[in-house]
Amino acid sequence: MASSSDNEEVRVLGKWASPFSNRIDLALKLKGVPYKYSEEDLANKSLDLLKYNPVHKKVPVLVHNGNSIAESLVILEYIDEVWNNNNNHAFLPQDPYHRALARFWCKTLDDKILPAIWNACWSDEKGREKAVEEALEALKILQDELKDKKFFGGETIGLVDIAANFIGYWVSILQEIAGLELLTIEKFPKLYEWSQEYINHPVIKEGLPPRDELFAFFKASAKK
Amino acid sequence: MGEDNSNVVLLDFWPSSYGMRVKIALQEKGVSYECRQEDFEAKSSLLLEMNPIHKMIPVLIHNGKPICESLNIVEYIDEVWNHKPSLLPSDPYKRSQARFWGNYIDKNVYSRGKKVWNGKVEEKEESKKQFIECLKMLEEELGEKPYFGGDEFGYVDVALVPFTSWFYTYETLGNLSIEAFVPKLVGWTKRCMEKQSVAKSLPHPHNIYDFALKYREAHGYE
Repeated sequence: MASSSDNEEVRVLGKWASPFSNRIDLALKLKGVPYKYSEEDLANKSLDLLKYNPVHKKVPVLVHNGNSIAESLVILEYIDEVWNNNNNHAFLPQDPYHRALARFWCKTLDDKILPAIWNACWSDEKGREKAVEEALEALKILQDELKDKKFFGGETIGLVDIAANFIGYWVSILQEIAGLELLTIEKFPKLYEWSQEYINHPVIKEGLPPRDELFAFFKASAKK
Repeated sequence: MGEDNSNVVLLDFWPSSYGMRVKIALQEKGVSYECRQEDFEAKSSLLLEMNPIHKMIPVLIHNGKPICESLNIVEYIDEVWNHKPSLLPSDPYKRSQARFWGNYIDKNVYSRGKKVWNGKVEEKEESKKQFIECLKMLEEELGEKPYFGGDEFGYVDVALVPFTSWFYTYETLGNLSIEAFVPKLVGWTKRCMEKQSVAKSLPHPHNIYDFALKYREAHGYE
């Protein structure tokens, strides 16, 4: 089943600066799956985007065998299930309990951790102190989960590591623009170390957007 | 095979649609379990220990280990007790669609529904419109199928059907008729209620209504 899929075209509709979209790039690169990428302009949505994600009209969207899948975490699990032979890097372990844990952490990243950090980085004077406190709390619980592992997935990159690309890469840029110290080696040594392993991982490194361009993009948004 | 049923505990709060999802899944699989009710004003030390990050129910404790987040628990149940009936389809694309709709239901039904029965009075008409829009989207997804899962009751059905125990509350406190807007969805509700796993897991709508009234009295309109 996996080998015949290799010959089918894989398309990704995304936005280069979006961590959610980037998760898909990282996942496909880790699996060694070639794909065609289309950059979407959300202010001017393409007919393809409206066709492939009629419910939310958002990116990322994966198109495979003519079928479209939306929602980054849903797409990641799909990718892991379809490209699953021994040569492909598995994102989830086999054991149901550890799979459930990984899914829980992905959801917690999206529902609680990412919003807390995002809010802190874009907060105004009034809400700043509380927002920063919540962001630091969120980073702490994430670091506690990492424990002494190299990656959240153990020795290799797993589903949670892919989902945590925002933490590994985007946070350092956003906190610099906001003039905040959130994820630093002093405050969160283990999580910081993970972020360095992450962005220097040979496949991840190639899959992340260029730092200076990302910096410029968010800096421009901050001015508005 | 022969998975140990003797150590399955569910931390629950009976009006919670999320807790009901887990009950339905356990019933579908024929898994016996102990159900412990949590008091939201005074969370037990077990709940705080088992779900320290969110401190919310449902939590499934299996052989002493906690699994949190209702749809996550449903997948876990499907994987551990992997005999029939299967809750998720085996095809990866169909699984992705099931998860997509589970996620849609998670993000929309509870929050929009709550605005209908407990939202600000001046926003009521808009809240009703948004809620119905969400149900219409789901009815469209159901199409002509007997269940969201197709011929068989499955993951998306499990995700949505608990909220139907709240329909009477939405209708009475929101002053609307759900059947008038989404008759096919209401038909699906009745079909689901014929299943023992659903009928046993959902409280009577009038009990939910009484709970909602007491809640509104205690907390006011939000």
